[in-house]
Amino acid sequence: MRLNLTINGAQHTADDVWPGESLLYVLRERLGLAGSKNACEQGECGSCTVYLDGVPACSCLVAAGQAAGHEVVTVEGIGGGEDELHPVQEAFVDAGAVQCGFCTPGLIVAAHNLVERTGEPSDEEIREELAGNLCRCTGYEKILDAVRLAASRKQEAGT
Amino acid sequence: MTVGTPDNLASSTRGGVGQSPRRPDGTRKVTGQFAYSSDLWHDDMLWGVTLRSPHPHARIRSIDIGAALATSGVYAVLTHEDVPGIKYYGLEENDQPVLAVDTVRYQGEAVALVAADHPETARRAMHEIVVNYEVLDPLTDPVRAALDPEAPALHEHGNVVRHQPVRVGDVPSARSRADVVVTGEYEIGMQDQAFLGPESGLAVPGEDGGVDLYVATQWMHTDLREIAPCLGLPEEKVRMTLSGVGGAFGAREDLSMQVHAAMLAMHTGRPIKIVYNREESFYGHVHRHPAKMRYEHGATADGRIVYATARIVLDGGAYASSTTNVVGNAASLGVGPYIVPNVEIDAYGVYTNNPPCGAMRGFGAVQACYAYESQMDKLARELELHPLDVRRINAIHQGAAIATGQVVDTPAPMREMIDRLRDAPLPEAVDSGDVRNLPGGVSNTTHGEGVRRGIGYGVGLKNICFSEGFDDYSTARVRLEVVGGEPAVLVHTAAAEVGQGLVTLQGQIARTELGVERVSIAPADTQVGDAGSSSASRQSYMTGGAVKRACEAVRDRLFQLAAERFDVPADQLSLSGGKLVSEHSGVLVALADLLGDEAIEETREFHHRPTTGMDPVTGQGDTHTQLALCIHRAVVDVDVELGLLKVVDLTAVQDVGTVLNRVSLEGQIHGGTAQGLGLAVMEEIQLADGKLANPSFTDYLIPTILDMPPMRLDILERADPNAPYGLRGAGEPSTLSSTPAIAAAIRDATGLQIDRVPVRPHDIVHPVTG
Repeated sequence: MRLNLTINGAQHTADDVWPGESLLYVLRERLGLAGSKNACEQGECGSCTVYLDGVPACSCLVAAGQAAGHEVVTVEGIGGGEDELHPVQEAFVDAGAVQCGFCTPGLIVAAHNLVERTGEPSDEEIREELAGNLCRCTGYEKILDAVRLAASRKQEAGT
Repeated sequence: MTVGTPDNLASSTRGGVGQSPRRPDGTRKVTGQFAYSSDLWHDDMLWGVTLRSPHPHARIRSIDIGAALATSGVYAVLTHEDVPGIKYYGLEENDQPVLAVDTVRYQGEAVALVAADHPETARRAMHEIVVNYEVLDPLTDPVRAALDPEAPALHEHGNVVRHQPVRVGDVPSARSRADVVVTGEYEIGMQDQAFLGPESGLAVPGEDGGVDLYVATQWMHTDLREIAPCLGLPEEKVRMTLSGVGGAFGAREDLSMQVHAAMLAMHTGRPIKIVYNREESFYGHVHRHPAKMRYEHGATADGRIVYATARIVLDGGAYASSTTNVVGNAASLGVGPYIVPNVEIDAYGVYTNNPPCGAMRGFGAVQACYAYESQMDKLARELELHPLDVRRINAIHQGAAIATGQVVDTPAPMREMIDRLRDAPLPEAVDSGDVRNLPGGVSNTTHGEGVRRGIGYGVGLKNICFSEGFDDYSTARVRLEVVGGEPAVLVHTAAAEVGQGLVTLQGQIARTELGVERVSIAPADTQVGDAGSSSASRQSYMTGGAVKRACEAVRDRLFQLAAERFDVPADQLSLSGGKLVSEHSGVLVALADLLGDEAIEETREFHHRPTTGMDPVTGQGDTHTQLALCIHRAVVDVDVELGLLKVVDLTAVQDVGTVLNRVSLEGQIHGGTAQGLGLAVMEEIQLADGKLANPSFTDYLIPTILDMPPMRLDILERADPNAPYGLRGAGEPSTLSSTPAIAAAIRDATGLQIDRVPVRPHDIVHPVTG
């Protein structure tokens, strides 16, 4: 089937899509947007997190056809690219929250959602909010640091 | 001997050793631009999939590939008959078939390969392959495999991969001098590395009949030595480039899809991509050896250990992988960081029909540590001593010997570490008003009733770098030239960046040694010499050492050049801020002007000091390059009615020799601690008759951000004069000590034995008493 998708504000078309393909597969393998990662394909790890109409979702659990007509934002759509990182992206690098980085794209989307929605989240809020994103490298300590840093920088900047 | 900044470097350069510059790959990783092995794509590529055995043990009567091959969109179906070269490979023993030949020895063993134009087509065709199996009884009890001569032999040379004894002194007579004796039987479950980036990569057939491999691995040159013979190719026709690695933790030391993808590429003449999904990943790599351990310690009334005995049985599963070295670590570190004058250890690594086990962070040492630390707590109880006191009384120190007779000849500040941990502040009492702070969390299972708090300790001793006489080395090529009017350094190694931050450290070292801020790290590939494995906490030491040495060689040539041109003695020169400075006449020349169009390039190897093997009868020998200590205190709240628990606090003291990059270092200690927590309370591959019951992230649980407590670190720097910059490898020790500390805290809260990890709710609610 032919699929029309709105991703990061741009229109994309994919042809010959098998109906069983997930949004994650179409993003990664058909549209060249490999930022979203596939680590479990069961919605357990959060590595494939994208915004679907403004709400974080595991793109591995969304059939690609279901995303037609909806707004998808992936990690590639957060910030303004490598020269213009979003404060959350900046803070992840500064705080040492990135090691192997495989969980990072999903965590960037989830943390972006948290920081954009709340002012300065408490540690308990950060933990609850990010509990759906597995990281095997960091033990999460520096991820907490990064979210705190991004939130406080954002408060300072008054944005 | 140089510790710290070299003398001939007038001032430290921004982003040098001791600082924490940003990761060079950080921006690409947070924007989604960093290319992992599963992200690779090639025009015209096909997808490869692997058919795996459903049985832990079976004979293969026949394989019918006809229907699979006839499927539209399928380009190849391959079996062991299509392996172009040698049909077996392995890290230490060539015992694992590329594709099963006539027998399968574990559930998930690779049997056949399919290449097709869509992954789903390949998977459907794979299910059309008909394998006729004669199912055999699996041998799944490692103790039986080790000790029962009647057990069926799974390999021609029997079921014992290695038996390593350690014998010191006279245990029977020491036993008569002991005032207290404690014994225990301990068990450790099978842990999975559970890296997030599954096994994957791309094989591109070359015009010369060779193949280019883009894969995520820990040690490209050892891959190459295993892959090339299987493909029937000389090593120079197998060109490897490291793609982005989504974590490793030991699981990528063995081959997974490398030979398979290359076979399909050579057969079809098309690029082949293979990506495991999570379920296949559980079958596609080795795990941490489960262990059954029987210990006995005797001590005098004043707390001194007079003897220890241990029988450690490590389940290696179907193939050897790194079992030999896992046994070596378990035996040589079997009584841990304690002075024990009389020792009898027998460590076994065996074949069974369980999944193959091999490298995982802290291998061999992790298993023994849980057992000997549990014994220390038993001793403390018997002697009515504080758990830290019994450890302090028997602690190793510089000048003392470990069980192998090897004298610790560099700092081992265990007593100081114990004292610092004793003084570390404790967390506040539980706030029962907020369920998020209680066991069970927002599941709202308790408001504080039935919750008891416990405190426990663990100390671990880990060998750093490769041991037992292995000539361990790394190679670095460093090039200095002028780019766009500025001096710039390019560092090229084959060392695998697996997330630990080695690319950051390589840049730091080049900046410090050459006084140049602009440093690039070339992609790691096999066009430069062997760097060894990203394992055994060795890369800062080994590849760090090689980069340092290559930089020094570049610097020497630079000084020579300047000495000739300006007629000054080379030994009075130094580098600072991209300029050459003479002791007497100040700034001589900008590096850019001195170099002009010339590039200076040097390649150097770094070998660590030689070690010896273990004596096959007594286990004695100077087998380890470096030893590292970490100590943990865990505070755990346990809901004794439901068996749920919450680790409230983990505080660690670790000696790292010298801090080279504090942010990366802390990340290693945090991450290691988290994997130790997983082993203590949740992570286990569950097996029934050799079959995996939980190969998914729904059923195999790793710690989430809710499971991890705040981690406080106290980092000591007691430089090791043998190591580059005085560093001590730091990736693994925290994985050893956090597990027994948490187990001890649960013991303290519940009064239960806790002689098996991971601790499950029913172990607390319905403990088996023996």
